[in-house]
Amino acid sequence: MLKTYTYPRFEYTTPPEIASGRTLKVPVVVVGAGPVGLATALDLELQGVPVLLLDEDDTVSIGSRGVCYAKRALEILDRYGVGDAVCSKGVSWNVGRTFFREQEVYNFNLVPEADHHRPGMVNLQQYYLEEYLAARAASRPGIELRWKNKVVSVMQSGKSVTLKVETGDGFYTVEADWLIAADGARSPVRRMLGLDVEGKIFMDRFLIADVVMKAEFPAERWFWFDPPFHPGQSVLLHKQTDNVFRIDFQLGWDADPEQEKKPENVLPRIKAMLGDEREFELEWVSVYTFQCRRMGSFNHGRVLFVGDAAHQVSPFGARGANSGLQDADNLGWKLKLVIDGKAPEKLLDSYSEERVFAADENLMNSTRSTDFITPKSRVSRTFRNAALSLAKNHAFGRALVNSGRLSVPSFLTASSLNTPDSETETFAGRMLPGAPLDDAPVLENGEEGWLLSRVGGQFCVMYFADDPAAIDAATIAALTGLSGGGIAVQPVVISRRAGKLPGGIVHLEDRRGVFAKRYDARPGTVYLVRPDQHVAARWRSFDADRLGAAVARATCND
Amino acid sequence: MSINLNPNFSEAGKRYFSAYSPADDFYELLINTHRDLTDEQSELLNARLILLLANHIGDIGTLREALKLSREGV
Repeated sequence: MLKTYTYPRFEYTTPPEIASGRTLKVPVVVVGAGPVGLATALDLELQGVPVLLLDEDDTVSIGSRGVCYAKRALEILDRYGVGDAVCSKGVSWNVGRTFFREQEVYNFNLVPEADHHRPGMVNLQQYYLEEYLAARAASRPGIELRWKNKVVSVMQSGKSVTLKVETGDGFYTVEADWLIAADGARSPVRRMLGLDVEGKIFMDRFLIADVVMKAEFPAERWFWFDPPFHPGQSVLLHKQTDNVFRIDFQLGWDADPEQEKKPENVLPRIKAMLGDEREFELEWVSVYTFQCRRMGSFNHGRVLFVGDAAHQVSPFGARGANSGLQDADNLGWKLKLVIDGKAPEKLLDSYSEERVFAADENLMNSTRSTDFITPKSRVSRTFRNAALSLAKNHAFGRALVNSGRLSVPSFLTASSLNTPDSETETFAGRMLPGAPLDDAPVLENGEEGWLLSRVGGQFCVMYFADDPAAIDAATIAALTGLSGGGIAVQPVVISRRAGKLPGGIVHLEDRRGVFAKRYDARPGTVYLVRPDQHVAARWRSFDADRLGAAVARATCND
Repeated sequence: MSINLNPNFSEAGKRYFSAYSPADDFYELLINTHRDLTDEQSELLNARLILLLANHIGDIGTLREALKLSREGV
């Protein structure tokens, strides 16, 4: 098989604790250096928390796995310092074609919404993402990455977690205040702690093939329902980087995985799909069965679960890695505040509450896609085929066709951390408490930039004004004084016109009015933003007491 | 009244953050309503459903249009 990618080998070094026999004491250990474990380590390190990151392997994800990274994930990756690398290596696509039997029933063009830094999605093989994250983590002084270090036992007692770690040179013990399990769908940590994960295995199998095209092939997403070259099943074709195309063939439950994987069975199928004249080479073939399930709670004492260890979804909609990165984003700042004694441990219950809500939304959407793609009864198949046949001529039919709903971040509108809008203040748009922030183009000192690269990482208050010179002295003084409290709040003034403001205030200019429109901002409008770039509260006028109460609520200090 | 062929689902009091959610909400309800029925029972359910919805729409001009479109290509 062809190889477009060379897997890095990360260096293993003998842990000093093996010779010394000492127990290694750390505030946080992250188990699993996949995309979500690496992201969690980077998030905590950026918050100033040192992290020990253990992984039983010494390379990145093997083969064809995660493909599609959606806008919110790219924004989070920007914060971790790898957004540019992922976006410049990845490929974007806008055109999607849907086929039913012999015919194309419709196509769509997802023209990206203007005035966002990042596109709706980027396709990139998972190994590249992991490579960039691992390189970034290795460059950070607060992260100690130990490859080929396998956790073989976990014990939790009161305020610490004790791990036994196995290496090629022997065993050692780690005592951590907090353990983050990012060790994947089969999570050994979860098993060693005797914790359950509930859900069901879907009775279906998929054949995954990565092929390298020899000639130009459009960067489009093609989805077939019941195609002549694979009757009764579905097929998805997606472009990745390096001219590698990913193909997912639905096989059905009765298929024999070993048989299906053989090149003599795979090649004719791909040839039939592409038409015989297109040349290609096979790079990877595997068969997988997916599961839809989640843990009842993502925090258990001093152990926190992120990514596939906590929840698994069907692949439709790219909701696995995307939601795992959002777990990291949600957890990092909360754990930091708890470690620093600035918030009670109860704040970590909100990690579970919010990410369980998101996991359920992801499970619901991916299950709906699965049920459309793989009807479970005759009547369900009839409805699916009816929707497909109506899609060719009618817009409502196209809205019913579900070949995967791309990952979008959850609106955490029911979160206990939100301060609800006051009944007397109304806002248009969708930036309500719990919403993930919409990006907007801004100017800072005359230079073009993006809102989302200037807020986040810590609590921020966004204060909107027409003319910065017109903000009264008392408000300026109150905004500047916010950073003095127990929990830092960065003041950000966003104004329609240019002007000067005292140091310590981030000043962004909304010259084209995109921010004002997206946030329904008028002079005096205030947003309190969480470190993970979700709205915590908003008002039509600035009041330091209300703001203080909302920060307390968002950190479980109320 | 002419028939509406654009996406048209919504639920009172419910706020949607994704354009695909209303149609998916309906489709899930529809499929779940058929759960555990035999093919024959499903056929009867579908017929009853059409009669219920047709009466609700009421306007025979609209229904004539829907009937015509539903037969196209079958």
